[in-house]
Amino acid sequence: MTDTLTAPPRTRPAPSRRPHLISGPATGVLLAALAAGLVAALVVGISVGSVNLPLGQVWGVVWAHLSGRGAQADPLLGQVVWEIRTPRALLAALAGAGLSVAGVALQALVRNPLADPYVLGVSSAASLGAVLVPAIGSTMLAGTLGVTGAAFAAAMVSALLVYLLAQRAGRLLDSWLVLTGVAVGYLCTAATTFVQLQLNPNELQGMMFWLMGSVAGASWQDLGVPAVLIVVCMLWLALQARALNALLAGEEAAIAIGVPVATLRVGLLVAGSLLTATVVSVVGGIGFIGLMIPHMARFVVGADHRRVLPVSLLAGALFLVLVDLAARIADRPNELPVGIFTTGLGVPFFLWLLRRRARGGADAA
Amino acid sequence: MRLDLAGVSAVIDARPIIDDVDVTAGPGEFVALVGPNGSGKSTLLRTVYRSLRPSGGVVRLDGQDLWRMRPRQAARHRAVLPQHNQVADGLSVAEVVATGRHSHKRPLDRENETDRAMVATSLERVGMGWAADRLMTTLSGGERQRVLLARALTQQAPLLVLDEPTNHLDVGSQLLLLELIRSLGLTLLAALHDLDQAAAYADRVVVLRDGRVAGQGPPLEVLTPAFIEEIFGVRAHVGPHPITGRPHIAVAPAR
Repeated sequence: MTDTLTAPPRTRPAPSRRPHLISGPATGVLLAALAAGLVAALVVGISVGSVNLPLGQVWGVVWAHLSGRGAQADPLLGQVVWEIRTPRALLAALAGAGLSVAGVALQALVRNPLADPYVLGVSSAASLGAVLVPAIGSTMLAGTLGVTGAAFAAAMVSALLVYLLAQRAGRLLDSWLVLTGVAVGYLCTAATTFVQLQLNPNELQGMMFWLMGSVAGASWQDLGVPAVLIVVCMLWLALQARALNALLAGEEAAIAIGVPVATLRVGLLVAGSLLTATVVSVVGGIGFIGLMIPHMARFVVGADHRRVLPVSLLAGALFLVLVDLAARIADRPNELPVGIFTTGLGVPFFLWLLRRRARGGADAA
Repeated sequence: MRLDLAGVSAVIDARPIIDDVDVTAGPGEFVALVGPNGSGKSTLLRTVYRSLRPSGGVVRLDGQDLWRMRPRQAARHRAVLPQHNQVADGLSVAEVVATGRHSHKRPLDRENETDRAMVATSLERVGMGWAADRLMTTLSGGERQRVLLARALTQQAPLLVLDEPTNHLDVGSQLLLLELIRSLGLTLLAALHDLDQAAAYADRVVVLRDGRVAGQGPPLEVLTPAFIEEIFGVRAHVGPHPITGRPHIAVAPAR
């Protein structure tokens, strides 16, 4: 082999700026800061609520439970702190993390920056599953599945349907996935509207809360499944990080590099829809997070999935804990729907970041 | 590395695109694939990238069936500069090039000194060392193509497949890229649009028409004015290049 070039390559001056806002060892610092922020937000989330409780007593209860003496705590205080606030704050963290990681997986799958956990119709299907429970009657569905189970089952059925409809000759097609998902989503929304009309006002009340998305009413039983799934999906995605980076350059390029693209994309679809279905079936449809958090992560640390995945996980968790806190205290003692805050706080921040990045000119092409 | 396509056929949407094609490329040989649009050049290359499984025939690398290899094993044998590349927003040049190391890593392996050195030397070889920390989106078309070539080099594969690598590049970038790939010492299989470039750079040309091989051999033996007129429907003049003295083909519309 020879290294000689007959034509000298044109050269440009060396860049004065790193390619990403944060890279290298600073990524570790960012992750540590996000983790510390998450812990702090959880502490505040448990300390503050629609009723004022003395801080010392709040943490007395938490400490009592953590050290296995929960039964000795004041029953009413214990109820509020340990059975309501703590699982609620933890569920917010899990839901935010799950939706963000699902967003990363699905954006990689369809290679479309507008993809989010709801693009495959998973959320609309979950809503349909949930409203079907009171409509069909508690004896049939609710007895075996419950609202959460029905929502999860419907979401997975729709993901499977989208998967089957969006492939040709054994290959998943990007554009078909998005279009099929959107179409199935509309179908489910229409069906949900129809079913809602058949419900009586009391049943509808409970459904509204669910359709708008909320982590209120979280209990410890709600946490296990999402926690396990997030850990499993996150570990699997982390192992695929290098392949996901290769996939950013397109399907053919990834195949050329040695990525088993067909298998990888099925895995992404499974991980993305499992995460979304789990979260949506517990907290309802909370929009924005899965779309925006991965983008925010990319603005800051670049598109390398080895950095985007952990940053999205932590940032998503932190964001939803903070948002839920805001929803609880902004209009005390009333609670506002969390969705108002995810978008109300998130959109201005996102737009600021977008414009800041454009002005930075780091990638002004 | 010796590449053998023996009796390769391929079908897209139940439509046969290439039919019983035999192509070989010996070690270090530059084989150019030419032919009109729709003659099956890209489809033939896809059977070598492993993005389209042949419906018949076999693709062998040094006697081994390419389609029986594991994906990463195949990527250590042949690298590709594909025609359709998406520019990944938010990846630096070094990060893009590093993805080429995928086939040499196990999932849990971290990037080590060898990988970083391979990325750096590959970028130097294509004259893009200065751009390692730039974002891909800030580069020109010719620069991006050279970065993708560097990515292919990090695969350390003895065969390089290129699908119209000079498309959309300015003339300077086109010639720079062709000089570059020829200097690599790899076995090359490239689909080329420009007959003049095929004649000047390739050791052998394979002419495809309607999914079949219409002729193959050294450029000057195959690309005669009469044959070019028959295949492409244009008049051609073949002679030495006035500047370089290499084979040169000038074309003009049919009378």
